[in-house]
Amino acid sequence: MSGDHHVIPFKTYLNILLTLIALTGVTVWISGIDLGPFSMFVGMLVATVKASLVLAYFMHLKYDSNMNRVMFFAGVFFLLIMFIFSYGDIITRVTHQSTL
Amino acid sequence: MSTANISRKDGEYAHHFDSAEHEYETSKHGVWSFLLTEIVMFGGLFVGYAIFYNMYPEAWEASSKLLDWKMGAINTVVLLISSFTMALGIYYSQQNDKKKAVLNLAITLVCACIFMVIKYFEYTHKIHEGILPGKMFTYSGAEVENMQFFFSFYFCMTGLHGLHVLIGMGLIVWVMIRAHRGEFGPKYYTPVEGVGLFWHLVDLIWIYLFPLLYLLGRF
Repeated sequence: MSGDHHVIPFKTYLNILLTLIALTGVTVWISGIDLGPFSMFVGMLVATVKASLVLAYFMHLKYDSNMNRVMFFAGVFFLLIMFIFSYGDIITRVTHQSTL
Repeated sequence: MSTANISRKDGEYAHHFDSAEHEYETSKHGVWSFLLTEIVMFGGLFVGYAIFYNMYPEAWEASSKLLDWKMGAINTVVLLISSFTMALGIYYSQQNDKKKAVLNLAITLVCACIFMVIKYFEYTHKIHEGILPGKMFTYSGAEVENMQFFFSFYFCMTGLHGLHVLIGMGLIVWVMIRAHRGEFGPKYYTPVEGVGLFWHLVDLIWIYLFPLLYLLGRF
């Protein structure tokens, strides 16, 4: 039965590695360009593209069961809740000459 | 192990499973459940980092400039290569190529060592300069206030990540020994797959840590 597992070809793994290294170069290169407030956004965008490649190919999520995909996205979902509520609380506080 | 009499390499499985496939899927599902808790654990640090960055943006930018982005970039590439060879460790186990599986796991281990050595040099340099978290921060060249908060996050995040690298190294040694003994094959490579998933998650966290810690000062 286990012999039925999807085996990702060597060439795919190699292409993913080269893409990931290239994207690391891209993120360093972009960080040197002044994009103002968008710098953080672009930096996180590149990181997310890299993370997606690792998840899909190295962690086999592309060929895995939906159950494990649900597990991963549940983690991300709860992380987002934690982020939105905590960050939202801090930035919407009305302060009087306060440094929080 | 209590189930040592089972030859999983020949497709056997523990009696409480329906099939070898069932056993494999269940094991992997367990690893993913654990990874979920890891995501949320590191997530807490990332959320704290974002909040403090919002409060002290100048301190964050000045502090990030004290980090050497070249060291961070080298470590990023080292970890990416280690993820690649880890994936190959599984790939060659699937191909029943014991030698190449062990070789790739060994390269993964070497990459992990390189990562830790670079991290060691970064840490000792910072400790020497007094760039330390919280109250221990005694760096003389600080021009902006509240930089100690950044380094509290820096040491917590990279420290916890480094601890994961060390644990991962131990796990890789474990599967490497088992692979060398010829315990894995196309029908059974579950431990390699599980350790691989853990290792890739460690890489995944670093992918976010690198721009947030090292590149922020260049933004």
